[in-house]
Amino acid sequence: MKPSRIETRFAELKEIGRPALVTFIMAGDPDMETSLEILKSLPEAGADVIEVGMPFSDPMADGPAIQLAGQRALAGGQTLAKTLKIVSQFRKTDKKTPVILMGYYNPIYIYGVEKFLKKAKSSGVDGLIIVDLPPEEDEELCIPALEVGINFIRLTTPTTDDKRLETVLNNTSGFVYYVSITGITGSASSKPKEVAAAVSRIKAKTDLPVAVGFGVKTPAQATAIGKGADGVVVGSVIVNVVKDSLTKKGTATRKTIPAVKKLVKELAAGVAKAGK
Amino acid sequence: MNKQTLNSYKNGPDERGHFGIFGGRYVAETLMPLILELEEAYKTAKKDKSFQDELDYLHKHYSGRPSPLYFAERLTQHLGGAKIYFKRDELNHTGSHKINNCLGQILLARRMGKKRIIAETGAGQHGVASATVAARFGFPCKVYMGATDVERQSPNVFRMKLLGADIESVTAGAGTLKDAMNEALRDWVTNVHDTYYLIGTAAGPHPYPELVRDFQSIIGNETRYQMMEAEGRLPDMLVAAVGGGSNAIGLFHPFLDDKDIQMVGVEAGGHGLKGDQHCASLTAGRPGVLHGNRTYLLQDDDGQILEGHSISAGLDYPGIGPEHSWLKDTGRVEYVPILDTEALEAFQLLCRLEGIIPALEPSHALAEVVKRAPKMKKEQIIVMNLCGRGDKDVFTVGKALGFDLQR
Repeated sequence: MKPSRIETRFAELKEIGRPALVTFIMAGDPDMETSLEILKSLPEAGADVIEVGMPFSDPMADGPAIQLAGQRALAGGQTLAKTLKIVSQFRKTDKKTPVILMGYYNPIYIYGVEKFLKKAKSSGVDGLIIVDLPPEEDEELCIPALEVGINFIRLTTPTTDDKRLETVLNNTSGFVYYVSITGITGSASSKPKEVAAAVSRIKAKTDLPVAVGFGVKTPAQATAIGKGADGVVVGSVIVNVVKDSLTKKGTATRKTIPAVKKLVKELAAGVAKAGK
Repeated sequence: MNKQTLNSYKNGPDERGHFGIFGGRYVAETLMPLILELEEAYKTAKKDKSFQDELDYLHKHYSGRPSPLYFAERLTQHLGGAKIYFKRDELNHTGSHKINNCLGQILLARRMGKKRIIAETGAGQHGVASATVAARFGFPCKVYMGATDVERQSPNVFRMKLLGADIESVTAGAGTLKDAMNEALRDWVTNVHDTYYLIGTAAGPHPYPELVRDFQSIIGNETRYQMMEAEGRLPDMLVAAVGGGSNAIGLFHPFLDDKDIQMVGVEAGGHGLKGDQHCASLTAGRPGVLHGNRTYLLQDDDGQILEGHSISAGLDYPGIGPEHSWLKDTGRVEYVPILDTEALEAFQLLCRLEGIIPALEPSHALAEVVKRAPKMKKEQIIVMNLCGRGDKDVFTVGKALGFDLQR
């Protein structure tokens, strides 16, 4: 099989010798058009891989920043169908940057797994991160996704011991997402040394790249964490920059897209410093 | 896989926590090892006689079990049909059935060496019961409660504080039980190393629906022998309110294979099933995945969970325990909605006829009894679970009846 966009991107960066900057934005935050423009601006600003959040009413693993981003998107009328549309629009101009949809299972279950995967594939989605689908529920979405050629990226956490790690890695593809803290998104930062040790532990069991997320907030942290990983995921601070650029009513302003671009450029510079 | 056979309704869940298509373990990876650990701990505890002995002792001497099975003579006369019995779980220590589950789980938490208890609560009954067992066993306890519920259940908030619990008022969403549960899960995912999540209802990821049901089944098990003592036979119908469904599954489960016994679960019909001002997830919802399990949920066409409404904070939850979803689909249990107004009438009726102030949750069950009993024969018997007392609800009821008790 032809390597996926995710595999190709990580292989290219390995060649260059620096980790990937993985950026998270929420689809439809604050409205569909603006989030599409934000998405389009990310690769140029330095994002190597993009996670697009599918808003959900009950994001149990997310901290306030991403909860609020999801609420803004839902208030703006975002749906799963519209999120897929954003990705297909993005694919018209960008054929290379991997796009991963991240969220919770219920909206996909209600949309219909088969229909969703078909549509996601044709829209140019490369991978899925579904927070509430552990390996125990692989039959629901993970296996069907792999069958249509969409990567299923699994989260491993500090509570994933060696024995469980094998279970977790079993059907994982694309890359492994190491959640560097026990906690919700946007919480306290993790210690680079501990993270690097955890990443080595995972890499001993898999050839897949390992990206680290949850709690990376500044370019300096991106550098520090990036030194011990194949990718650095940044989410909460980006959606916060979106939030801070909005009007009191929550609508986008002229500042919204430039603010995101500026932050992502800084983070990309941070990640670049982690290179050889 | 251990398939549920048609000759028994009591074999579930299977080893992966499924009741038919319902149940399961839809949680973040961080929590997965904890859930597996809990499952193991519960399996061992079940086989350990000393665990059951200690639980029995606490039920008897701390909580006051067995709770009476009471023949409601005046209500029976008033309705003029079937004989009505109440299982008086409102007489338990802390005033509801919630203590049954909390005593079981606190013993598990102690066995597992956990150091801290967290819980979610709607009406505050589970919060009070959690705070109570935490105090009794010397655990710090944090209770997550929606801001709306904190407001409308203030007596219980104060009780929890007296018991030494820390109350976190949750402002996300509509500030009700669903939001409290999200926040409790976020706490758990953050404090995995030492925290025990004491879930209050027979819902959530496996093994919670099973273990909560088992701890609540004491209600049905007592009812069975008490009924035999009182009438020399089993009842014709069981009626219980369902929010998450723990009191109902506790009453129903021991009788599921007694095929002649009809069972009715009563959901919160709120202002009526048209629109979204209700919490009748089984009657008006459809299957989805939330809070670790697949079950009937109130949700929109995009799979976003709706907030729902009920006058009763304990029924104000857009989901339902997965075993109830399965019992609905198999047709073993019938589920019906009762409106806020009907529950309020039943509440007052019981106060005046039997001298019992019920909680708003069993008032829903009672309203269904009021509808059914007159149509039944005089020799037939209904057992209703009077699962909580109404002291906590007097402010809400006062407000609804235009009698301002506040300040």
